[in-house]
Amino acid sequence: MSIQVNAVLIVAAILFVLGFIGVLTRKNILFMLISVEIMLNAAGLAFVAASAKWQQADGQVMFLFILAMAAAEVSVGLALVLQVYHQYKTLDIEKLNALKDE
Amino acid sequence: MEVLFCISSLVAILSTVMVITRLNPVHALLYLVVSFMSVAMIFLSLGAPFMAVLEVIVYAGAIIVLFIFVTMMLNLGKETAEQERNWLKPRVWVGPSILAAVLLAEMIILLTKGQPGSMQVTVVDPKKVALSLYGEYIIALELVGFLMIAGIVGAAHIGKHRKRSFHRFLEDEAETEQQLKADYHDVHTG
Amino acid sequence: MNNLLAYIPAFPLLGFLVLSIAGRKMSKNLVALTGVGSICISAIISLVIAAGFISSPPTEGFISTSVWHWFTLSDFIVNIGLRADALSVIFIFIITFVGALIHIYSAEFMRHDEDYARFFASMNLFVCSMLLLVLADNLVLLYLGWEGVGLCSYLLIGFWFKEPTNNHAANKAFLITRIGDTAMLIGLFLIFHNLRTLNIQEILLLAPQKFSTGSSEITLIALLLLAGGMGKSAQVPLQTWLPDAMAGPSPVSALIHAATMVTAGVYLVARMNAVFILSPLAMSIVSVVGAVTLLLAGCSAMVQSDIKRILAYSTISQIGYMFLALGVGAWTAAIFHFFTHAFFKALLFLAAGVIIESLHHEHNIFRMGGLKKSMPVVFVTFLAGAAALAALPLVTAGFFSKDPILWYAFSSEKGNAWLWMTALLGAFLTAFYTTRLMIVVFWGEAKTAIGHHPGKAMIIPLIILAILSVTAGFVEWPHNMIHLTLFSDLLHQQLPEVALKPDLPAESLFQLIAALTTFAGIVLGYMLYYRKTYLATSWLQSPSVAGVHNLFKSGWGFDHFYRAVFVQPFLFITRINRTDFFDRIYDGIASLNIQLNRFLSLSQNGSLRWYVVGVLAGALFIITLQLLL
Repeated sequence: MSIQVNAVLIVAAILFVLGFIGVLTRKNILFMLISVEIMLNAAGLAFVAASAKWQQADGQVMFLFILAMAAAEVSVGLALVLQVYHQYKTLDIEKLNALKDE
Repeated sequence: MEVLFCISSLVAILSTVMVITRLNPVHALLYLVVSFMSVAMIFLSLGAPFMAVLEVIVYAGAIIVLFIFVTMMLNLGKETAEQERNWLKPRVWVGPSILAAVLLAEMIILLTKGQPGSMQVTVVDPKKVALSLYGEYIIALELVGFLMIAGIVGAAHIGKHRKRSFHRFLEDEAETEQQLKADYHDVHTG
Repeated sequence: MNNLLAYIPAFPLLGFLVLSIAGRKMSKNLVALTGVGSICISAIISLVIAAGFISSPPTEGFISTSVWHWFTLSDFIVNIGLRADALSVIFIFIITFVGALIHIYSAEFMRHDEDYARFFASMNLFVCSMLLLVLADNLVLLYLGWEGVGLCSYLLIGFWFKEPTNNHAANKAFLITRIGDTAMLIGLFLIFHNLRTLNIQEILLLAPQKFSTGSSEITLIALLLLAGGMGKSAQVPLQTWLPDAMAGPSPVSALIHAATMVTAGVYLVARMNAVFILSPLAMSIVSVVGAVTLLLAGCSAMVQSDIKRILAYSTISQIGYMFLALGVGAWTAAIFHFFTHAFFKALLFLAAGVIIESLHHEHNIFRMGGLKKSMPVVFVTFLAGAAALAALPLVTAGFFSKDPILWYAFSSEKGNAWLWMTALLGAFLTAFYTTRLMIVVFWGEAKTAIGHHPGKAMIIPLIILAILSVTAGFVEWPHNMIHLTLFSDLLHQQLPEVALKPDLPAESLFQLIAALTTFAGIVLGYMLYYRKTYLATSWLQSPSVAGVHNLFKSGWGFDHFYRAVFVQPFLFITRINRTDFFDRIYDGIASLNIQLNRFLSLSQNGSLRWYVVGVLAGALFIITLQLLL
């Protein structure tokens, strides 16, 4: 039997939603970044599944780009996390509410 | 092939659940490695070997290593675990889970509306990927080069430390305060 | 001579234009030269015209010229037309001649003021407007002059505008005269509606043909015109503005509120005599208004302590005499009283200005005193003016003008004994308060020291006016004395003769009674304020007298009454109207926006996780919509 494409997409959806739950629930910035990585990975999985369905390389190329972007984003994001820790001495995201509307 | 796919997806889902529920950051990162490995296996079963390898090398090898470096630098260990224990009461999970479950349900409904399509699993080998990448998507590739440079420069600048003139044992509180203020100011104007 | 007529108001107008445009850059001497010179030239021209009238009167009794065409409304043509007959000639003589003397006086009086040019600009504009008023040959131009003098009165009363009370006084004067002006305007509308013309001579000819004597329309018109005159001439009930108008400089009080503007009402009634004659009711109301006013003002003048307020109430009272004379049909007598009153009242105000200046702006007469020795020239001139005011028999002009009024109040067909007795009581009060004023200011011990003595430019006009106050009456003697009636001869073409009742007692009896009343007033004043001053003070202590005293001092409570009846309700209405229906709508829209903003800004709480929830909610919403549709 061959693999159902819907099944792969459903798996990707589940992984995405799990990552989303992680973003919503965790207060630590580091964990939020980790959850964002999970979401990115799930989206990439959906692209590769599409590429496999249509027997073309486009989806894989897209996944490559997503990968590159995730790497760049993580490096900048972690640098920011470092600065946040130095300024506020905590990684609680609730403390970063200076953009609140008065 | 399906068997490989089923097992890999189960492992991926379970390890992802473990990632988001761990208290210790290092534990979570380790589970994340497992999750990425299993996703790489899924890629293999789908006929994308190059992507599977790239996933392991870049994602699990570079990005998670970066995470671990930061965890090490910030010394996130016991105190973080304690903090997380305080923050993660069971009732915290209720709201997000419900909302996300609704989202999942809707996505599944959308996905299963179309006709069920099975697919022939043939390997899309790296040669095809390379031809496509350096053929049609050459411009996007160059742009990703820009993105990389931007990421490097940005990360290097943002993460920069101000050199302290005194040894930290010789400073008093007021000086630290001043330095921090200067840092803060520099970060926002630089 | 016709051509000269237009130059009389032209020179003050030119002076006004020059001074208002370039006055601030001109030197003080040049400003004084322009301001005073323009009036002096007008005075010379009007003297020439008056001499021409007296020596060789024009055939139809007037000279006229039409300066230019103003506007036309279908068949109604209005020109800037000037017409000088004997009545106008007397008025322009007074306006320019007394005006010139007052300008010379104020050239020195206002010398140290920084708004020197503005003062002379306003004074020149005033003289121009007043001349237009009395020279107008149609009621539209007269109304233009009427409004012009009202405007200049406002500008000059509030001349020192940095002091808020002066602004209040100017506003009060303008608003109260405005009431009269509006009534007069309605009268003008009614005249036009009935007669289709506003040319004065045509009205005087057509009115007897169109209206029957005593009809309601002509009575209404006459009463409306009278209301306009009452406002400008400060008669009851529109008299409350004149005492407060003393906030302006003394030359302003002399020119506007003694000699000229306040007599505009007298001019109007005298000019429109045919209209008034057609309505006996209006005539009797005129005389009653005059009688009531002269008594009220006389009582109030008795108890004032500010020297200018005494003179202000005295002015109101004397104009009441003029209205009384007009009401009983003694037209010439009223104009003659205006003629002499202009001289001695202007003199009194100018002398009061000198005294106030010399005593460092001291207005209270009870803080003056002993000025007989220290300011002899002022004393003599003030004595001349006061004697004329009190109508000292035979030696002052006031006697020759007030006496006929008293006689005609009794003897005219429209007069009766009540009017005569009121006028007599008024004469008594006049003599009393004049004596009181003289004694308190000039005799006794000096309570305030003299600062500096006035200069020549201020003294010479006083002397000239004093001479005129004594001698101006000699042109018109009563009928039972020397038969010399130069004044009424001049006017007999314009104003009708007074009709006497039959079977009258001798005129000399009335003259004797009047003279005795005057002396009685003087003696009472002498007794109370020179000899037995303790009587006056102890009298004032007793509560009933104190109540009456306060009533007189506040001008019979008119201010309080007007405030309670008109001002307070109006302020109440404006207060509750401040948040009216339409304001509420617009305020509601604004506050709704603010509420919405406040509500929406709650969603921006700075917490990243809430923003993510927002993204999720939005995505769910769209996907659900996609699914359902």
